[in-house]
Amino acid sequence: MSERPIRVLVAKPGLDGHDRGAKVIAQALRDAGMEVIYTGLRQTPEQIVEAALQEDVQVVGLSILSGAHMHLFPAVVEGLRAQGADDILVVGGGIIPDEDIPLLKEAGIAEIFGPGTPTTEIIRFIREEVAKRAQKEEGKQ
Amino acid sequence: MFEKEKLESIRASVKEYRERLEAQVKKRPERQAEFVTDSGIEIKTLYTPEDIAELDYERDLGFPGSYPFTRGVQPNMYRGRLWTMRQYAGFGTAEETNARFRYLLEQGQTGLSVAFDLPTQIGYDSDHPLARGEVGKVGVAIDSLEDMETLFEGIPLDKVSTSMTINSPAAILLAMYIAVAEKQGVTPDKLNGTIQNDILKEYIARGTYIFPPGPSMRLITDVFAYCSKNVPNWNTISISGYHIREAGSTAVQEVAFTLADGIAYVQAAIDAGLNVDDFAPRLSFFFNAHLNFFEEIAKFRAARRLWAKIMKERFGAKNPRSWMLRFHTQTAGCSLTAQQPMVNIMRTAFEALSAVLGGTQSLHTNSYDEALALPSDESVLIALRTQQVIGYEIGVADTVDPLGGSYYIESLTNEIEEKAMAYIKKIDELGGAPEAIEFMQKEIKDSAYRYQMDIESGKKVVIGINKFQMEYEKPKNLLKVDPAVAERQTAKLRALRERRDNQKVKQVLNNLREAASTKENLMPLFIDAVKAYATLGEICDTLREVFGEYRQQIVF
Repeated sequence: MSERPIRVLVAKPGLDGHDRGAKVIAQALRDAGMEVIYTGLRQTPEQIVEAALQEDVQVVGLSILSGAHMHLFPAVVEGLRAQGADDILVVGGGIIPDEDIPLLKEAGIAEIFGPGTPTTEIIRFIREEVAKRAQKEEGKQ
Repeated sequence: MFEKEKLESIRASVKEYRERLEAQVKKRPERQAEFVTDSGIEIKTLYTPEDIAELDYERDLGFPGSYPFTRGVQPNMYRGRLWTMRQYAGFGTAEETNARFRYLLEQGQTGLSVAFDLPTQIGYDSDHPLARGEVGKVGVAIDSLEDMETLFEGIPLDKVSTSMTINSPAAILLAMYIAVAEKQGVTPDKLNGTIQNDILKEYIARGTYIFPPGPSMRLITDVFAYCSKNVPNWNTISISGYHIREAGSTAVQEVAFTLADGIAYVQAAIDAGLNVDDFAPRLSFFFNAHLNFFEEIAKFRAARRLWAKIMKERFGAKNPRSWMLRFHTQTAGCSLTAQQPMVNIMRTAFEALSAVLGGTQSLHTNSYDEALALPSDESVLIALRTQQVIGYEIGVADTVDPLGGSYYIESLTNEIEEKAMAYIKKIDELGGAPEAIEFMQKEIKDSAYRYQMDIESGKKVVIGINKFQMEYEKPKNLLKVDPAVAERQTAKLRALRERRDNQKVKQVLNNLREAASTKENLMPLFIDAVKAYATLGEICDTLREVFGEYRQQIVF
C-alpha cells in the first residue's frame, strides 16, 4: 500500500459562479490531508476531464447550483470513460432535485451530496471509496 | 449623550452589577463559554449608557432624512409609504416570466425584479455551446429586444419600477429596456428602476464577469454619464454586498467590501470627468439580511452612516442626496436549509424584520423551497405575504428607527462601522477595490470556512442540520423548468436572425466596434444595436474582440 495522499480535483462545470461550497469542501479535504486542485469557474466537461487526467487524481468532485447538472455531470463521467479513466471516483453536490439523483447515479456519479451535508461525511465517503477501488486494483494485479 | 456626573454614577453601579453577575455565573455557568455575533464581535451580558458614552446624538445619529442618515433616509420612513416589495423572479422564456410578473403585480407586489439566466448574464446567446443546459434555468433567457418586448408585454413601464439583476452586460439590457419603453410611448425620463451593474462584486464573489476590470468600469461610467442626462430617475448601479455575504463574508466584511466597491465606482466616474453630485444621487446599494438579528440591524445603520461620511468628507459631495445610502435587501439564501424547509419561512421573516428595522427601501423575501429548487407560485406568495404581515400587521413600520438609542444597537453600530472602516483603509492601502479583489476573496473564503466549521462543531446551531433533526416531508409542487425551453428559445433566435435586416445589424456592430476602442460613450450605440435586433451575444462578442475577457485568479 502506498502512503500517497488522495488527490482530488474540485471542479465547477457550467456557467454558475457560486463557488462557496466548492471552496469550503476543497479546504476541508485539504485539511483532512488530501491533495486538492481547484479548477476555478466555468469549466466545460472536456476541460474537467483533461485536468483530471493531467493532475492524475483519484477523485473528481463536481459542484453546481444552476440546474445544469443533468447535462454536465454525466458528460464528465463519459469523458473519463472515453479516456479509459473510469477508475476515477466522481461525486457531485449542489442543488440537485431528488428525482435527478437516481439518474445521475445510473450515469456513474458515485454519490450526490446535498445542502447541509457535513464535510466529514464527504471525507469519509471519499476515503472508503478510494480504498475500495485500490483493493480492487490490487486484486486485479 | 449623558451628563458626566450621571455617567460616573452609572459606571459605579455597573461595577457593582458586574460583581453580582460574576457570583451568579460562578453558581450557574452560562450556556456558552462566549457569546459573539456572526462577525465575531463580542456580545456583553448587558449594555448600559457606559457603552455609548461617547455617542453624540446630533453628530452620530441626527434625524432621519438628514446627515449622517443613521436613522434612515426619509424624515418619516414607512409612515409615508412602506418599502417596495420586490420579489426577484424569472425563469424559462420571456412569456413564462411575463406571466409570473403579472401574477405578482396582481397579488400586491409593487415593483418588478428580473432574474436573468446565466447565458444572458455572461453575454451568450441561447444557442452558444457554453449555454448548454443553462438556458432559462436560474432566470429568464433574453437574447434580443424581441424577448425583452415579450417580457414586459402589457406592463406599463411608466407605472412600475423594474430592477434588473444584470452586471457585465447591464448597459445593453438597459438599452433594451429604454427601447421597449419607447415602443410603449414612454420616454426615458419616465423610467424608474435599477440595474445591478456592479462588476467588482462579480470578480470578488459571484463569478458572472465577462470583460477585464478596466473596460468593465468604463461601461459603468458610461451608464452613469448617459443616465444623468437622459434617464434621470434610473438607479444606475446597485452596489451589492448581497453576493459577498452569500459567498460567506461576515456582516462587517459585507459593509466594508461593498462600500470599498462603491468608492471605486465613484472614483472611476470622477476620473472620467463627471461631477460627483451629477451621478451620486442615483447610486443605490443591495444588502443581505442574515440571521444574527441585532447585528444585521446595526449593519444597515452603520453602512448608512459610513457612506454619508465617505461621500461628504472623502469626495466632497454637496448634494444631500449624494450622501444618502439607499438600499434594497434580500433575505439570506445561504441561511435556508433543505431539511425541514417550512422552518425557512420563520428564518426569512426574522431576516426581513431586521431589514425593515434597519430602514431598507425595498425588500425581497426568499421562498422556503429555495434550497431545493426555484420557488413555486405558492412558496413565492408566502414569501410576499411575510413582508405584508411585517408591513401591515405588527406595527413595526409605524415609527422611525424604533431601535435607535438602544445601548446595544448603538454600541454595535459603532463597532461595525469602526471595523468596516479598518478594512476600507486596508483596501485603500492595496490600491483600491479593483486591486484588492484577491484579498477580499481570501477574507470571504476564510469566513465561509469558519462558518461551516462552526456548524459542524455545533458551536453554531442550525435547526434541522445539527440540532432538532427529524424526518420531514419534502415539499411537493417544486418548480421545474421545462427542458424544452432551450429548444424554443433557439428556434426563436434562428427565426429572428433570418427575419431581421442583417446588413443593418452588421453596420451597427461595426459602429460599436469602432467606438469601443475610443472613449466615446457607448450607450447610444447599444441603443442603436438593440433596436436593429442585434442579439446580446453578438453585441458582447463585438466588445470581447476589443476588450478581451477576464481570467480569474484562483484563490482557495
